This record gives sequence, C-alpha cells and structure tokens, in this order.
Amino acid sequence: MADLTVSIGALTLKNPVIAASGCFGYGVEYASSLDISALGGVAVKGLFLNEREGHAPPRIVETPAGMLNAIGLQGIGVHRFVKEKLPELGRLGATTIVNVCGSTLDEYCDVARVLSDADGVGAIELNISCPNIKEGGIQFGCSLTGTYDVVSAVRKVTSLPLIPKLTPNVTDPASFARAAEEAGADAISLVNTFLAMAIDVETRAPKLTNVMGGLSGPAIRPIAVRMVWECRQAVKLPIIGMGGITNATDALEFIIAGADAVQVGTANFVNPMLWADMIAGINDYLDRHGIARVADLVGQMTTGANS
Amino acid sequence: MPVDVPAAVVSNLRLTPEYNVLTLAAPEIAKLAAPGQFVMVKTAPGLDPLLRRPFSIFEIMRDPAGAPAGISLLNKRVGVGTTLLYQAEAGDRIDCLGPLGQPFAPVSPPAEGWMVAGGVGLAPFATLAQALKARGTPMTLFYGGRGATDLFYESFFADLGATLVITTEDGSRGEQGRVTSPLERALAGRPADRPVTVYACGPTPMMRAVADLGVRYARATYVSLEPVMGCGMGGCYSCVVRVTRPGGTHFVRSCIEGPVFDATAVVWDALSEGHH
Repeated sequence: MADLTVSIGALTLKNPVIAASGCFGYGVEYASSLDISALGGVAVKGLFLNEREGHAPPRIVETPAGMLNAIGLQGIGVHRFVKEKLPELGRLGATTIVNVCGSTLDEYCDVARVLSDADGVGAIELNISCPNIKEGGIQFGCSLTGTYDVVSAVRKVTSLPLIPKLTPNVTDPASFARAAEEAGADAISLVNTFLAMAIDVETRAPKLTNVMGGLSGPAIRPIAVRMVWECRQAVKLPIIGMGGITNATDALEFIIAGADAVQVGTANFVNPMLWADMIAGINDYLDRHGIARVADLVGQMTTGANS
Repeated sequence: MPVDVPAAVVSNLRLTPEYNVLTLAAPEIAKLAAPGQFVMVKTAPGLDPLLRRPFSIFEIMRDPAGAPAGISLLNKRVGVGTTLLYQAEAGDRIDCLGPLGQPFAPVSPPAEGWMVAGGVGLAPFATLAQALKARGTPMTLFYGGRGATDLFYESFFADLGATLVITTEDGSRGEQGRVTSPLERALAGRPADRPVTVYACGPTPMMRAVADLGVRYARATYVSLEPVMGCGMGGCYSCVVRVTRPGGTHFVRSCIEGPVFDATAVVWDALSEGHH
C-alpha cells in the first residue's frame, strides 16, 4: 500500500482523487450511493453570496467524447450552504473544498470571509474561470492583473488553503499560474472548461439556450495534460489537474505531467461509482512500479533528454 | 439508494421499425423500483455516446417464483443512443443505474386513477397500473398516438382491469384526434363528489393540455417530465424544471425532485421555451 496522501497548503488529502466542482452537487446528493469520506476531497458547486438561478434549459448537450454545459452557476448561496450542507458534509466525513464565485472582487472576499468563519471548510477553490456567466469569473481569470488582484484580495481575508481554478481559454496558462503564485495562492487547479458551442443544422439554432458553453470530458484531456505540464514548469505550487479523467490511467497521466492531485467531473455523470476503482488503480500502479508515495510520481515524465 | 449494474439483455422485442421493448436482468434494481421511477442507461460502452440516457422503468419482470428479476424499457428510436438500444441483442451487457427519482403516488379507492399516455409516454404506466390494481383502484388508460403503429401493450393494461380509451391523430385506431378530447369529456361528465387523480406522460404540449384540464376540472394531476438529463443523481443541474414553490418560482432538478411533478406547480411557459 503506497502513501496516497497529498498536501495542499495546510490541508492534507487522504488520496489525490477529488470530485470536481459543478459535477458533484453539494456532495450530499451522493451520500446514499457511496462513501464520500473515501474521496481525497469533494469540491462543491460554485457559490456566490446569494442564491442564483442559472440559465434556462437546455443546459447541456453531448458532443463527441464530451459535453457542453451552460448551467450558469445555479446555487443556494454561501449562507444557505453553511447552514444546510456544510454540517452534513462534516458528519459524512468529507474533505470539503468550497468553490467560491463572485461578480465583483468584494463579493469573492465576502464569500471567503463567510467560509473562513464556518466550521468544516478544508479549502477554498477560487472560481475565476467559469465561461458561462457575464460578470465576474472569467473576466478575472482571463487577465493577469485580474487574476493577481482577486487572489491577493481573497488571500488577505482568509487563512484557508486558497486554490485559484484557472481557465484554459488563454494563450499561456503558465503565466496565470505564476500570477496566482505571486499573489499568495496555496495551489492552483486547472483546467476549467473550454468555451465552445454546437448548432442544430436543421433548425440553425444553438443547441444551448446560452448559445456558448464549456466543453468537458475525454475530448479535452490531451490539451488539459499539456496545460498542467506547462504550469508544472512554471510554478512550485501544488497543482490539481483535471480535464476528461475517467479512470486511474487518466489520473496517472495528469500526475506524471505534474499534478499533485486530480479532479474528476464529467466521468462522474457517466459512472458515479468510479471512485473506489480509480483510487485502488492509482495505488496498484504505485505498488507495481515500486513507488512508495504518490508525491514521488508528480511531474516524473521521462523524455529523450533525461531518460 | 440507487445501484449500478451491468445488466444482461434477456430479450429485445422489436415491436415496429421504431419501437422496441428491451428486457434486462437487473434484480437489484427491480426489487427497489417504485412506479414512475427511472434508470440511467449507458447505451454503449466507451466514449461515444458518452452520457447515459434516462428511461422510465416500463415493466418489473419476475421469475417463476414471483421474485423481481429484471426490468424492461420501452424504447423509441429517435437518436444515436435509442438506435443502439433498438439494435441490442440478447446477451449484451448494458450498464443501468437506478432506480432514480420520485415515484408516482398511486391513489386508493374510492378515487379512480386515470392515466394519460402519448406515444412512448406509456412507459411509466405499466408499473403504476400494477400498483393501482394492487390497491383495488379503478383505472382508465387514455392512450394516444399519431397512428395505430404508435400503440402497444393494450392487452397488458386490459388484463389488469384498466378501461382503455384509444385515440390516433390519423384515425387508424380508436377515436380520431388527440387524447385530451376524450379525457376532457370524461372529466366534464364526472360528478364532483367522485374523486379522480390524473397521471400524464407524453409530449410536452400534451402534458400541458392535461395540466390545464386538471386545473379546469379541479382534479389532482401529476405529470412525468422528460427533460435533457446529464447524471440522474443531482450532480450536474442540467435537468432543471421551473416550478412554483413558496416564495416564488425556482429551477429544481427533475432527477431528484421529479420526474413526477404536481402539474399545477410546473411553470409550463418555461418548459415549452426550453424545447427548440
């Protein structure tokens, strides 16, 4: 049995497999089907200060080996989350990572303050990369100064581990990883979804009411692996990698590219019982290769130059 | 508590070039299932199609001793996933996650249960009819299709004691026209002191018309909605339906708060706009 623990700032994950935000509800939805305390972490659905309605359906459409979504961050707001969901996540033994959204810099800080005062939050994932909302989110995540400003502002109001979630919809994600590091982040997570769209040619209507949406699933995996690898070269921070991971092999690919931990999103829709197999598969691989700790595999890609 | 099972195809009864009934060995799901619940079906292994599709549980199959042994799905071939299920062969394995969702609440006598089905919307009513029969509740099935080739399993319902009222839009079977016409006559003719609960499943315009009749004749009406669904577990927030709740209208997840809804709570304008 290898050591699967992962350190993200002051937070220790029992293994590197985290349920991705926006793909696992508030975590409690899955408690009757599986032991969510066995996951490395549960990243809950993005939260603003107040309740939020989200976009009109249809909100998803399937694409080759993937899907587009434009949910629009429907959510119950941070206050209801703290009151109604957080205690139950604690009882269930989950390691809770809260995805924090904002329309303004002040809102990000306000949400982070509420979570800092609550019991049972393991870390804050700062959502500066949702492609589906008009204000906030990606407008911070697509600007280097915007990224720096929002991360440093939230850094000042919380001591919780702070994990900005980066967008792939930029030319050079590594420069955004550097901005996050300089602003005081404890880790980064990437990638959020790729801005994309699909059209029904018979009706000539967009397949999503919101017209554009975010592409996720195995279709994006090779691009996400490349971006994690680029960020690994750029920063020393722990990296949480994601993008189309469906099984242990996919997760290991991200770890070898430089991810300390991974998140699984779309694949959970297809197979919500995948977690135990994925965690066991990572452990089996480490045992088979004589690697004592998963941390020893991070970024260990071999190339012609160094092998 | 839903379970995920690699269910073996026991048989595939191709009713017409469009419709089939797929019988799956899934005792774990069959023994948990309640009327109107659904399963999320992986129509093919691998990544294309990637997502599962929601299907009402049509029949609960039983072994010779009467124990739940499997489920069947009533499938209409309209897209890639449903075509794969049309083509499935005995022995194939199909991942099924379920049972999921809020079931119908079957009424008891002296109330009657009136089921209103449009085409493949028949699917949730086989289990409901069995539950109504078990309570001794008199029942009627109003069953409409475009033509005679859209109508199936009438003897199944007749054998359970249901009164059948058939309509087709082309007049090839039963009364010509829409299923809501005989439903309205029946509602108009029923004395107010004789209770009835209406259950509907079918195309959105049909369900909306049934909902309107339920309001006009002051009869409890429930609909089983079929929005685009991603996960079936409450994880993705894609299958939301706008409903009226205390304090206003809200998008709620039809996978965990539905698919069965009180028809008077559904904001039908929002639902109709959602279908391009």
